[in-house]
Amino acid sequence: MDTSETTTDVEEEHEHHEHPSDGKYMQIALILAIITAAEVATYFVHIGDALIPTLMVMMVVKFWIVAAWFMHLRFDSKMFTRFFVSGIVLAISVYFIFLTVFEFWTEG
Amino acid sequence: MSEETTTGLSHNKLAMWVFLGSECLLFGALISTYLLYRNKFYDGPAPGDIFDIPFTSVSSFVLLMSSLTMVLALAAIQRGDIRNNRLWLLTTALLGAVFIGGQVYEFTTFIREGLGYTTSPFSSAFFTLTGFHGVHVSLGIVMLMSLLISSYRGKLTQKNSETVEIIGLYWHFVDVVWIIIFTVIYLVPNPTS
Repeated sequence: MDTSETTTDVEEEHEHHEHPSDGKYMQIALILAIITAAEVATYFVHIGDALIPTLMVMMVVKFWIVAAWFMHLRFDSKMFTRFFVSGIVLAISVYFIFLTVFEFWTEG
Repeated sequence: MSEETTTGLSHNKLAMWVFLGSECLLFGALISTYLLYRNKFYDGPAPGDIFDIPFTSVSSFVLLMSSLTMVLALAAIQRGDIRNNRLWLLTTALLGAVFIGGQVYEFTTFIREGLGYTTSPFSSAFFTLTGFHGVHVSLGIVMLMSLLISSYRGKLTQKNSETVEIIGLYWHFVDVVWIIIFTVIYLVPNPTS
């Protein structure tokens, strides 16, 4: 098989990327620390109905920052992202159905 | 550099990403089960009565910072800086050990306060979820120590930095799982007795 045909797409994405500097990683860690502090603050400060949506948004942002920057998904081949996101989407779908079947959303 | 492959991607790295994708299903099952059972504490302690949020916040911060030291270890080996690679690998392993120490302390406290593994469906689901995560962190520490030993034997160089990258992926994954556990299990308001 002519591998050049099959690899073009991936190889284009897999060009050698410069990873961030140590200073950049420290900036990202600082952002993560600030978000974590904000998360913990919600335990002490009453924000009513906005609590759960706020926590979920902060959780997703932290997850994305670690995956994109520390796990290098931003810089690596899109193929890796596809495999990882497939696992996440499958897990969310399966367990959303699972929780629905067990009436989690209605009974809490 | 990794070997030539038909996809142009490292098969080892691809395998790790596929493995991490499958791990989402494992932790998804454990988190969903916990959510279903968190109200079923019967006569035992309720989650809202027993969780120590300030303590767990510190543990979470420690694990989050270990992701920074892990990525610094990778950056060091990629530029051929063996000394800093060893320093950051050791720091990551130590931060992981501090997290595990915190978990052991938390579990011991819970058991002393009457929350055993079989006390209630809530306790079983809680210990299974956080215990599985703790086992993952412990395995990560073993892998980090193996990397350190390889490094001191002269087998870990810039040429095979991909090994550090793959173990780093596993370590960061353990961190992102804790990001979810910390929010969903600890910070979302819990029922009290």
